[in-house]
Amino acid sequence: MRTSTAARLSLRTVALGYLVLLIGVPIVLILWRTFGEGVGTFLESIRTPAAISALNLSLLIVAITVPLNVVFGVGTALALVRGRFRGRGLIQAVVDLPFAVSPIVVGVSLILLWGSSGWFGGIENNLGVRVIFGLPGMVIATIFVTLPFVVREVEPVLHEIGTEQEQAASTLGASSAQTFWRITLPAIRWGLTYGVVLTIARALGEFGAVIMVSSGFPGVSQTLTLLVHSRYIDDHNTYGAYAAATLLMGLAVLTLLLMTLLDRKRSTT
Amino acid sequence: MITVTGARKNYGDFAALDDVTLDIPAGTLTALLGPSGSGKSTLLRSIAGLERLDAGSIVIGGRDVTGVAPQKRGIGFVFQHYAAFKHMTVRDNVAFGLSIRKRPKAEIAKKVDDLLEIVGLDGFQHRYPAQLSGGQRQRMALARALAVDPEVLLLDEPFGALDAKVRADLRQWLRRLHDEVHVTTVLVTHDQEEALDVADRIAVLNKGRIEQVGDPVSLYDRPANDFVMSFLGSVARLGGQLVRPHDIALERNRDRAVAADALTGTAGGVVESVVERVVRLGFEVRIDLRADSGQRFAAQVTRGQADVLGLQVGETVYARATHGPDAYELDPALAI
Repeated sequence: MRTSTAARLSLRTVALGYLVLLIGVPIVLILWRTFGEGVGTFLESIRTPAAISALNLSLLIVAITVPLNVVFGVGTALALVRGRFRGRGLIQAVVDLPFAVSPIVVGVSLILLWGSSGWFGGIENNLGVRVIFGLPGMVIATIFVTLPFVVREVEPVLHEIGTEQEQAASTLGASSAQTFWRITLPAIRWGLTYGVVLTIARALGEFGAVIMVSSGFPGVSQTLTLLVHSRYIDDHNTYGAYAAATLLMGLAVLTLLLMTLLDRKRSTT
Repeated sequence: MITVTGARKNYGDFAALDDVTLDIPAGTLTALLGPSGSGKSTLLRSIAGLERLDAGSIVIGGRDVTGVAPQKRGIGFVFQHYAAFKHMTVRDNVAFGLSIRKRPKAEIAKKVDDLLEIVGLDGFQHRYPAQLSGGQRQRMALARALAVDPEVLLLDEPFGALDAKVRADLRQWLRRLHDEVHVTTVLVTHDQEEALDVADRIAVLNKGRIEQVGDPVSLYDRPANDFVMSFLGSVARLGGQLVRPHDIALERNRDRAVAADALTGTAGGVVESVVERVVRLGFEVRIDLRADSGQRFAAQVTRGQADVLGLQVGETVYARATHGPDAYELDPALAI
């Protein structure tokens, strides 16, 4: 189909305008509000004890979530692609569940399960480990919402590489473990990296599930997203909210940048 | 020496191997030949340990390896689609088996360089598989399989993914390599020309069973049945009998054809046919014919014969078999 120049231009204008209005303007506004007061003010605002604690907590949650998701994600992907067992369809559906379920529902159900009056309440009541309103709860909530990323990125790569390379390795004398470390893992490394980057981005940005299971004390149990929220809603510190949001955005941009760089590297090797 | 005894393998209702027994003598290059679904790849993969037999046993070099993992069978395996380790250089690919065996670095380096020279990939050490052509990748895969000094080398349609010219070259090259290295080699192929070209021995498989085993000449000249005959070389059906196209003689004169046929006497008799097409293929000329029964077949004559006959499309010609497959098996005393 051939479109006239006018039609093409107007189509582009509409698409571009849509993007600018929905994504560009809000981001620019936040940046403008943040840096309008000067870089010094911004730095001051993200150097408060509460902000530093929030940044650390967010990074800590990422640091715990990523390795766990890598191990279980790769394992699940291998089982789904290579395994021949009953209930594979069910597992496929369960893996996608976090995409479908609203994070706030996740938060509520975690409280029902792990809260002091929940099924696993004994852990808190008898062992004294606070799951809900503590770090474990926030980690579990984050794992729940980020679970599909590694699985869904690694799965198609496993399909694509097939089993021939692994069979070749076994005929050359490699044990299953040697085959995994030397053949399978390097072959899926790009899919895995992509999954990890998406996991990081989502873990940093998660709000709905985490707010339900966090006690939300500034300087103790606030992640960066919770800090933005509480500064805005509770403290009426709009500038502080903008500054924290900018910091959060900076981390996300850094992650995306990393992904783009890795993508470029992938296409050259 | 590889001995397969009573091998069975089913995939659901489908019998991929149906009681296969086969001896592969040491030092030979044996081709497993058959159409797709005949079980030839399953048989090869079972010898490698990549498939588990439902019943039967496999002995390699006197050792029963039926339940042994592929890692411990002393085999080298080459896949149709190369199975190159894409993230490794050519050198690391070839060195893989040796580095798994924790051989000293210097020994690995020397062996890899030697092998790359043998397979004609010297100077490609630092390339990645993606930077090689299909033929080069397959030669790398061969070097990789040979690096571990396998007792037997198993090749699963190794040239199937290559274009015709490269395939013919590699096949010659494999034959020369085998004459140098002398490792017992089993090659799976569906290409009869390839089997006739490279193999010392051919086992023809059909529907999970072995139809016939023998050297290429005896299989071609004395096929055990119609399947082997039509799978190995081309055939024409003449008067209800299978004959090789080059064993068909054409005469313009009916009486002469009948007289000649009375002397050689095959079951087919003389078949009146109409010339549909004359195709000159270099030295050979293929003449496509239609018998009066409506049956189509092709006769193959030399260029000289074709010139003498001077056949044109639409002309009538009398075809007879100079000898059928059975003629070879006649007792010499009776074939006066």
